Amino acid sequence: MKDFEYFAPKTVEESLSLLSQYKEEAKIIAGGQSMLVVMRQGLIAPEYVVDIKGISALDYMTYDEREGLKIGALTTHRTIEKSPIIQKHFKVLSEMETNLATIQTRNWGTIGGNLCHGDPAGDPVPVLMVLDAKLKLKSLSGERMVAMEGFSKDILEVDLEPDEMLVEVQVPVPREHTGIAHEKLMVMQGDAGIVGAAASITLKPGDGICEDARIVLSNAASIPLRAREAEKLLIDRELSDTLFGEAGEAASAGADPPSDVHGSAEYRKEMIKVFVRRVAKRAFARARGR
Amino acid sequence: MKGEPKELRVTVNGKVYELKVKPKALLNDVLRKELKLTGVKRGCLESTCGVCTVILDGKAVRSCSVLALQANGREVTTIEGLAQGDKLHPVQQAFIDHGAIECGFCIPGRVMVAKALLDENPNPSREEVRLAMQGVLCADAGYVKQIEAVEIAAEKMRGGE
Repeated sequence: MKDFEYFAPKTVEESLSLLSQYKEEAKIIAGGQSMLVVMRQGLIAPEYVVDIKGISALDYMTYDEREGLKIGALTTHRTIEKSPIIQKHFKVLSEMETNLATIQTRNWGTIGGNLCHGDPAGDPVPVLMVLDAKLKLKSLSGERMVAMEGFSKDILEVDLEPDEMLVEVQVPVPREHTGIAHEKLMVMQGDAGIVGAAASITLKPGDGICEDARIVLSNAASIPLRAREAEKLLIDRELSDTLFGEAGEAASAGADPPSDVHGSAEYRKEMIKVFVRRVAKRAFARARGR
Repeated sequence: MKGEPKELRVTVNGKVYELKVKPKALLNDVLRKELKLTGVKRGCLESTCGVCTVILDGKAVRSCSVLALQANGREVTTIEGLAQGDKLHPVQQAFIDHGAIECGFCIPGRVMVAKALLDENPNPSREEVRLAMQGVLCADAGYVKQIEAVEIAAEKMRGGE
């Protein structure tokens, strides 16, 4: 790893000043569970490292039925996994976290760090995308809100200016009759997903017709991939296993997954069919309250 | 200046240390090289194997994946800090009594994971023990006895040991 100069600001404002001073030469470290790996590999070699892990003001979670869920960027994965609020209102987030790496990584790694790392194989983004989450970004010149969808720009690239930092994740309360599920293909629990899929299905009251569907894949392209064609097949239809199978086919057709030691592109395309079918089925069951 | 050592004040196994370390030094580097706590192992250095696990502010973390300076003002416990005099920690004792140690390389990290688990949850289910043990790889595949040893230790600790 290359040498760098290190700062440990105590406040968000102090961090933003450092970012505005050093811009592209600076890099934020939070838990560093991904960043230290890429620094060791030499993929990045920042001149200045701004360590925000100690800013306790960004470690929080709040929930109410109107405002929804707000998660401070420095909340650890383990805190989210174990939170009674999450387990009650956003069970899928807790399920996703349980399968994210190991307890040691979740103990130190933060949700904000994970999102800003921009790994297309990451688990939180697909789940937050189907939940229609938004991100609050801050710089010295102000704040802006961006949708989770669209935040990822390319492999390890996100929509974050050099002088900006992510401070909060906002998740709206899902509509009634909505079910959400996430699964990924792992050799061992906690592995990065060879492929992964998240689905949210909202049913119309009464007749059980699908009102809205959102499906997002991980490790299926250079960014977390929204499977819009698959969604279209489900919306306004009476849902069935056959339809979920067709949605899987459509999602797979639209994917451009990588080939690597964990699986060929062809294999991943087959697995996308399986995992989309599974998560859609599970989300549907949950939407029906089962 | 780039690479210039910074002050690090950290409590390790109950003792306060004031050191100067390079920003890129990992917690693992400082524990092993500066403090000579070589019970802390150095494995894959990419957060895969978990043998370097220590307890940082009560939580199991991988010391290869935390900058030493991130431990500033915090409290670290390593395998060297578990025994009270000649009396081993119940997890250590259970590993010995139950024959759960094979080559031993992963054991310090594994014992730390087990201790953190039992501190947080004195009565874990087998599934919870398995999930915790999974965070440290064993090349001897000795997981079954390790899991059983953690359960034995849990029972003894609940009994006040």
